[in-house]
Amino acid sequence: MLEFLKQPWPWYVAGPLIGLMVPALLLIGNKSFGISSSLRHICAACLPANISFFKYNWKKEVWNLFFVLGILIGGFVAIQLLSTGDPIQVNSKLQTELASYGITNYNAFVPEDLFTWPSLLSVRGFVMTVAGGFLVGFGTRYAGGCTSGHAIMGLSNLQWPSLVATISFMTGGFIVANIVLPFILKL
Amino acid sequence: MEINEKLQEKKHHEFLTENTDFEVRSLDAVCFNESELKHPWWYNLKYAAAGILFGIILVKAEVISWFRIQEMFRLQSFHMFGVIGSAVTVGIISVWLIKKFKIKTIYNEPIEFVSKKFNKGNIYGGLIFGFGWAITGACPGPLFAQIGTGATVIVVTLLSAIVGTWVYGYFREKLPH
Repeated sequence: MLEFLKQPWPWYVAGPLIGLMVPALLLIGNKSFGISSSLRHICAACLPANISFFKYNWKKEVWNLFFVLGILIGGFVAIQLLSTGDPIQVNSKLQTELASYGITNYNAFVPEDLFTWPSLLSVRGFVMTVAGGFLVGFGTRYAGGCTSGHAIMGLSNLQWPSLVATISFMTGGFIVANIVLPFILKL
Repeated sequence: MEINEKLQEKKHHEFLTENTDFEVRSLDAVCFNESELKHPWWYNLKYAAAGILFGIILVKAEVISWFRIQEMFRLQSFHMFGVIGSAVTVGIISVWLIKKFKIKTIYNEPIEFVSKKFNKGNIYGGLIFGFGWAITGACPGPLFAQIGTGATVIVVTLLSAIVGTWVYGYFREKLPH
């Protein structure tokens, strides 16, 4: 059993389990699945700065902070106890492309050729870590949700604005991954 | 004293009803005589437990991998589309069942759903998030899980995302919605 759990889970096991997070959160406390709002609550808690968008009682939303802390712990548990430690298997075309940018290490989910503390001092590492993170935070809040809030919760509740948002996420990702990222990776 | 509190509550309510940020459902849905049960803080541990399960799934499905996100955006693998597609399918069926049978929470409260109103931010913000997603290879959930797997430098990405959220809040009135 444990050996089975340690293998990477196929999409038809993992996807439905992720989908079950929607009813699980609704049933245990009437909460809508969503993660990026945790970033807003952190702003509201730490630096509201008299900005109306951050002036609300964030303590009423503290469940969301417990949830994301759980995700962090879950990441730790999975890698320590439920992992074989084998390198990740990717499409050979991607492997060839990435090799041309000097990315050859597949041992970690977060490529060690790109995201490390020393790499922050390189232009490429800085752009990908700092600018990339900024776009994620700014964009999700502007869109009113992320993959969980819109693509999963919103679509589960058949909300068409969430479909528009999801299509926009994908479009933005396609453009950058195929057209812009090669230039960033060459830096 | 009591009048003051009521005034504050009214202000809070006005702020929340003008709130166009639809992900924060419980913020939108708050009303004066809300029936929300008051629980001690440790009731929130059940959300931490749900988070732990979710974090494990994210890692085991490899959706927190920068490489899997690159494959997805290059159409080189079905994996991510399978994960998201089957998650949405199960979500749709679950929500439909909850509505159809008027299933209640474990505290016997009716389950609420809030409709999302369209605004242009869904497009502009969505595109911007897509740009960031392709670069970092992570949406907000996986950022937390990645830190848990030991990629401590992702703390910087997360802090930067918090700054991005703050900057959005600062310029919000000036942005097209």
